[in-house]
Amino acid sequence: MLTKRIIPCLDIKNGRTVKGVNFVDLRDAGDPVELAAMYAKNGADELVFLDISATEEKRKTLAELVMHVAEKVNIPFTVGGGISSVEDVEILLNSGADKVSINSSAVKNPQLINTLASKFGSQCVVVAIDAKQINGEWFVHLVGGKVPTEIKLFDWAKEVEQRGAGEILFTSMNHDGTKNGFANKALAKLSKMVNIPIIASGGAGTMQHFTDAFIEGKADAALAASVFHFNEIDIIDLKKELKNKNIPVRL
Amino acid sequence: MNKFNKEKNISPFGGLKGGVVIINYGAGNIQSIKFAIKRLGYEAILSDNPEEIKAADKVIFPGVGEASSAMEKLKATGLDTLIPTLKQPVLGICLGMQLMCKYCEEGNTQGLGIFDVDVIKFDNNVKVPQIGWNQIENLKSEIFKGIKEKEYMYLVHSYYVPLNNEAIATTEYGIKYASALQEKNFYGVQFHPEKSSLAGEQILKNFLEL
Repeated sequence: MLTKRIIPCLDIKNGRTVKGVNFVDLRDAGDPVELAAMYAKNGADELVFLDISATEEKRKTLAELVMHVAEKVNIPFTVGGGISSVEDVEILLNSGADKVSINSSAVKNPQLINTLASKFGSQCVVVAIDAKQINGEWFVHLVGGKVPTEIKLFDWAKEVEQRGAGEILFTSMNHDGTKNGFANKALAKLSKMVNIPIIASGGAGTMQHFTDAFIEGKADAALAASVFHFNEIDIIDLKKELKNKNIPVRL
Repeated sequence: MNKFNKEKNISPFGGLKGGVVIINYGAGNIQSIKFAIKRLGYEAILSDNPEEIKAADKVIFPGVGEASSAMEKLKATGLDTLIPTLKQPVLGICLGMQLMCKYCEEGNTQGLGIFDVDVIKFDNNVKVPQIGWNQIENLKSEIFKGIKEKEYMYLVHSYYVPLNNEAIATTEYGIKYASALQEKNFYGVQFHPEKSSLAGEQILKNFLEL
């Protein structure tokens, strides 16, 4: 049986791991390669690296980091953050990334999804969507959730699927950093609406939140950062708990 | 040109146990396979050179992406006629395995015909692509030595091989299908052993030690 995935997310700035609370106030949580290898050993199903640095050397630094991760880590990983061209993707995949995640660049240039899917295959194209619920309606936000758009979450999700995205990584800006649980209603609606896997992101605080994201939110995978980085939740313990709730996990 | 000496078991990189070639035809995440092999203490070279491929002890045929464009790339280098004639153990991974079949529904692609079966798309009663860790069972090959029934492997695919006589492992996703195949010296795995943690590495090791 296909299992639900637990995905630690490592925010990277200038080659180091950081985690933002509501995307600001960054704290250092270690060396990405060591952290990644540790997670791979301790039950993570997959990893996401999100590069939030904005330097000119970014592309080179990131490619080097990806190469080091691929050398050490024997589980799949996705790389995202500022990816906007076929060339960016090619460099990262050739360095050993399994998938890339695109966000703002897909909103600005939706055709990029089609291009990447036909050139590299849908399986390596994750479209990340940051959205915020305003007066009951979910709107897509850009640049790490800072810039609002008029695009509606569910319309956009449908469109990215049709354009060839292999997965959707949905982050609720209302929940991110709160540790109050995932946006389960929106997740469930997304999961029902599209026929590609949905990764839940934003709001993980307790083990129960993961259970809820899989049962109520019908998510295929759940992503979190600080609860894992600061050892608040151990992934093996979490998976045992999920298994007790009859959620299929790899143990 | 890189040429290694089989008698002395030396790879062009001065490798440890030598003789592994990963077919490099511009389709897929070959870096990860190369690193996984390195973690096992072997050196692999990437090559699209028929002489190097023919001289290898073991050949790995990777592949990620879309079937018809991958097949085009194989044809452009003449590898489509070479691969079916290889005599040493050959391991097709993911799309590599699919291209070793007779026909792929994806892009209406004629395969290499090593495995006598067609590759078809998953029904819409499941999410497509299947992405994640699923179990392999009914294991029937020396490449699964030390692997327990229902071990988890990482899979990413939209097309699958139906159950058939050449199946050496099965997996369930909506239906039960063949997740690994063997025909003589040709092996194919739908999952990614190089991305499937320690159990995946064990399968790669078993293959390299055939």
